[in-house]
Amino acid sequence: MTQAEFLNIVMPFKDKVFRLAKRILISTEEAEDATQEVLLKLWKNKIKIAEYKNVEAFSMTMTKNFCFDKLKSKQAQNLKIVHSNYEEKGTPLQKQIELSDSVNWVAKIITELPEQQRMIIQLRDIEEYDYDEIAKMLDMNNTAVRVNLSRARKTIREKLTNTHNYGIK
Amino acid sequence: MVLNNIEKLLEKYENGETSLKEEQVLKNYFTSDTVAPHLEIYKPMFDYFLVNQQEQFTKDVPLKTKRTFNYKWPSVAAVAVLVLGFYFKEPIVSSYKEYAYGTYSEPEKALNEVTKSLAMISQSFNKGASTVGYLDEVNKGASTLGYLNEIDNATSIIFKN
Repeated sequence: MTQAEFLNIVMPFKDKVFRLAKRILISTEEAEDATQEVLLKLWKNKIKIAEYKNVEAFSMTMTKNFCFDKLKSKQAQNLKIVHSNYEEKGTPLQKQIELSDSVNWVAKIITELPEQQRMIIQLRDIEEYDYDEIAKMLDMNNTAVRVNLSRARKTIREKLTNTHNYGIK
Repeated sequence: MVLNNIEKLLEKYENGETSLKEEQVLKNYFTSDTVAPHLEIYKPMFDYFLVNQQEQFTKDVPLKTKRTFNYKWPSVAAVAVLVLGFYFKEPIVSSYKEYAYGTYSEPEKALNEVTKSLAMISQSFNKGASTVGYLDEVNKGASTLGYLNEIDNATSIIFKN
């Protein structure tokens, strides 16, 4: 397989891999590294690519596993500062400004979700995958995906309502 | 009517029962400018999804076409060299044997040659051996030293010890 052929296969979903990695790892730089690693792994195993039924789903699973490994590794301990988004926990004035910026709030709320739900929100609401595809990527069953997704969506809505009504009710 | 529909979809959405098409309807509705005031809470959520869909991976991936060393052809070449080596070695050995057994075909001639060369060897050997004859002179000299013993005897008589 030549480089061009490989890129043709990989190009359509490399951004999705990156966004999933970013959803799990939060930090953009870490996500970039992870994406690079995943793509390099695919490249090294390029002989086997033809055997995979769905390269995209396979890559997403790979990304998920790789990111979890990264989080578990000792190296990830250094990332804590990046993860906590410390600049957003600033003065009350900054908080007030952020209140108006609801989109940022959504980002923050999603960051606070459990990993599982975060990934599902990413795969469903942003990447728009099928329930079956998501189930396959995450090694879960269809119902579990739906339940987690429902929980995540409700949490986001509740927290958004709370922030919206903060100081009013 | 539209609003009613959206509210129903939202409920389904929150229960995780919407299809991708229905979700697309919701996304279109909430990213438009005409959102009902009591549903505005959902707007940032869908806005966020839309924004995040645009994010791209910009880092380069260094794809190296690493050429693995193929041992097949070098080994074939090595075997070929070995085989050729053995094949061409044979003539050299046979020519050496020819040389070792001598080049004379008639025995008489060979005998003559051998006696000639042996005579030459003995001649020069004798030349060398004759010079060794002078060693006799040394022996003579050494025997005269025997008289020193007599001196010894004489002195012992004198001092009687």
